Amino acid sequence: MMVTAEINGRSRTWEVTGSESLLYSLREELGLWGSKGACEQGECGSCTILLDERAVCACLVMAADAHGSQVVTVEGLSEPGSLHPVQRALVEAGGVQCGFCTPGFVVAAAALFRENPSPDREDIREALSGNICRCTGYGAILRGLQTLAGEER
Amino acid sequence: MLDMIRPADVGEAVDALDAHPQATLLAGGTDLMVEVNFGRLRPDRVIALRRLEELRENSPRRIGAGVTFRTLESGPHNALAQIARTIGSPQIREAATLGGNIGTASPAGDALPFLAGLDARIELRSAGGKRLVPWDEFFTGVKQTSRRPQELITAVELPDDLPDRSEFAKIGQRSAMVISIVSACVFRWSDGRTRAAFGSVGPVPVRARRAEEMIAAAGPAPGRKDLDEFARLAAEETSPITDHRGSADYRRRAAGILARRLLERCLSPGRNGEGPG
Repeated sequence: MMVTAEINGRSRTWEVTGSESLLYSLREELGLWGSKGACEQGECGSCTILLDERAVCACLVMAADAHGSQVVTVEGLSEPGSLHPVQRALVEAGGVQCGFCTPGFVVAAAALFRENPSPDREDIREALSGNICRCTGYGAILRGLQTLAGEER
Repeated sequence: MLDMIRPADVGEAVDALDAHPQATLLAGGTDLMVEVNFGRLRPDRVIALRRLEELRENSPRRIGAGVTFRTLESGPHNALAQIARTIGSPQIREAATLGGNIGTASPAGDALPFLAGLDARIELRSAGGKRLVPWDEFFTGVKQTSRRPQELITAVELPDDLPDRSEFAKIGQRSAMVISIVSACVFRWSDGRTRAAFGSVGPVPVRARRAEEMIAAAGPAPGRKDLDEFARLAAEETSPITDHRGSADYRRRAAGILARRLLERCLSPGRNGEGPG
């Protein structure tokens, strides 16, 4: 069955064969490898995307249910060649270690900052509570985002 | 090949369900897609409910099945907002719905003690009409309900007489993304009436009715001995099992402690501001 959705501002149509996840479609059909597949059960946040402007786990969205929706992945957060402020904040704070969890953290943090441009430490911690960094690099991620929150205050 | 049915409204959804009672219902997907991703479920016909506006109606006494926990985080019921704020993670709360929590009917479903404590009724719609089922007739066992295959969970109805205070707490290994080891809701009316309900301590939500009666009889300002007795009776009324998350003894003891702590919060002055708890 064919599914059409707006992915990163562009209308894309692809074939869905069964009940596979949107994460599978993004990575295997649409060539968007930014969203990472890890736990496949919504626990790690590595596949966080914006579905109709809400930060959700792409692994828990049935691809066929994305038909007619608006999807933004980490690739679509900023113009090619430029960084989203959250990405810049993480680079500057050394908030990236192995990088596997980074796209999920970036999208979750971008969703937070869009809603609340000056979150405090607790707001940031809560917004990122669905994202796991197995390098345990939380300190630098948090510092980077706190700095960004200060800049935008 | 997947047959994805995308009804435009609840009427179309129940017609589709009437034609295909074995179809898989998909709302937030946070339970269903885990089964799919791990190869335990291969639905061939799905009815998509996420976009149904009618299921998102949200008022103090009637909450649509499609309302997400994200929305419920800032609702008028203190305990339900506490439940919503501690379910899963922000990503889960954006997708997961009240109706999904009810339909899945996990013993650890965090919203279920709230429904049990308030004697909520579950609204079910089918092509033939609708019926309201009291929570204790709806939940029949571990992940078992009395919903018929042709029926769609459309809303939850709460009674007119809402409590003045309500409090929720749960015990888990960390604050995000856990399956509750014990969860508890306590409701208190200013005339002393009290309700206590628990999750994860039995196959279906458990009401501590003897504890409720005892504490109501103790009047508007129960003393320390009354609270001790309330905790003891509440613990006694649970019927937990031992599993990898906790032992039956631990759960029983924790249920009593939570009941007492939540009642104390309900009795403390002005902690949650005004309005229905």
